[in-house]
Amino acid sequence: MAAKRWKEIPIGGTITEAGNAKEFKTGSWRVMRPIHDKNKCTSCMLCWLYCPDQAILQTQGHMDGINYDYCKGCGLCSSVCPAKAIEMKAETEFLE
Amino acid sequence: MVTVAEKMRAKQALTGAEAVAHAMRQIEPHVVAAYPITPQTPIVEYFAQFVADGLVKTEMIPVESEHSAMSAVVGAAASGARAMTATSANGLALMHEVVYITASMRLPVVMPVVNRALSGPINIHCDHSDSMAERDSGWIQLYAENNQEAYELTILAVRLAESEEVRLPVMVCLDGFILSHGVEPVEIYPDDQVKNFVGEAKPYYPLLDTSHPVTYGPIDLYDYYFEHKRQQIEGMKGAKRLFPAIAQEFEKAFGKRYDFVERYRTDDADCVIVALGSTNSTIKYAVDWMREEGQKVGLLKLWTFRPFPKEEIRKALDGKKAVVVLDRAASFGAEAPLYEAVKSSLYNAAHRPAMGSYIYGLGGRDIRPEDIRKAADNALKGELNADEQMYLGLRE
Repeated sequence: MAAKRWKEIPIGGTITEAGNAKEFKTGSWRVMRPIHDKNKCTSCMLCWLYCPDQAILQTQGHMDGINYDYCKGCGLCSSVCPAKAIEMKAETEFLE
Repeated sequence: MVTVAEKMRAKQALTGAEAVAHAMRQIEPHVVAAYPITPQTPIVEYFAQFVADGLVKTEMIPVESEHSAMSAVVGAAASGARAMTATSANGLALMHEVVYITASMRLPVVMPVVNRALSGPINIHCDHSDSMAERDSGWIQLYAENNQEAYELTILAVRLAESEEVRLPVMVCLDGFILSHGVEPVEIYPDDQVKNFVGEAKPYYPLLDTSHPVTYGPIDLYDYYFEHKRQQIEGMKGAKRLFPAIAQEFEKAFGKRYDFVERYRTDDADCVIVALGSTNSTIKYAVDWMREEGQKVGLLKLWTFRPFPKEEIRKALDGKKAVVVLDRAASFGAEAPLYEAVKSSLYNAAHRPAMGSYIYGLGGRDIRPEDIRKAADNALKGELNADEQMYLGLRE
């Protein structure tokens, strides 16, 4: 999303549309990336319960992976996972 | 058109505080949150009486500090209400954090500021150190010469603050005790005329409009804060642009003409004195006195300090022999605030006048016509040094 000029935004810092936090992709802050191993995962959903950014993707109680647009890489999911199905890897490993 | 007889009837002997309270009664804001502080107290005291007597429907919130007063006013204004408060000196200083936020959130709050010296040492009397400390807070600042002006500027301020191009809060500054507690004849305009002039508040993204939810005061970092500050600068430019039109409407409604500046006998003057507030009346007296003796002295009174009327000042002072600026506040380690701004306005003048800066009246020290005369005499004798800080009424 291109940053807007001063004439293009509401005055006073007011945000005039509700629910737009999702447009702010906080995933770019991440230093460590959680990698989900489907084979080890039991879909116990502890990661979903603990994730402070609601970045665990799920469909009807089934763990589908991680939403990297919002995951800040805190590692809570990896640390609470009883099946050790989430491994934290440095973002530098994924640089192209 | 009102007749002279009606005007005479409308005149009442009022203190500045009571006159301002009447302006607030006629404006009838939805919310007033205030905390007492000398010499502002009688404004909210009178206003609270109006509320208690059922003359206004205003929600009056007695709070536990000025920080809370301004915070409550911010909340009310963001919700879409017309909100007011009033304060002085240390009360204004305690508000400071929220004073800055009010302007930054573009909330059109109107606040009479009864000018009083900031502590310490503790002092309750008039100087402009309190409002000058808020010079860069983003508020429009108007200064009244007398009680009539304090009353009228409070009414005018509502329109200026709430204009779409402006959306900035306004301080209406009146000199503590000299105006707030001094009794003068004041013409109070009919309620319906004032109500008609200020009109209905036009809320801008009100929080109480729950079908259009909005967020006020979110975190605003390096990606947008700068843009929002630029908008505030534009809001102040809007105030500069719009003020003449609002003043014109005011004149049409009430017959009193306001401008950025008042030029008093300046046209052929060799020396012009510049000042803010009630001292302008004393200067007018001194000017008349010197004029009787054939000395070409004039006065340039500022009604607006923010936005600062640079062009109007340059127009009035370009080509004069000498300009003397009287400041009722000091800026420690730099030039006095009004002097600095007036001097800077003349940078591009075709013929720069000689300039002199006098600090006077700190902590309520009296200023007499003789003091003003002394300053003007020095200027006419060509004894001004633009870099020297001089004082009036100080025991040197």
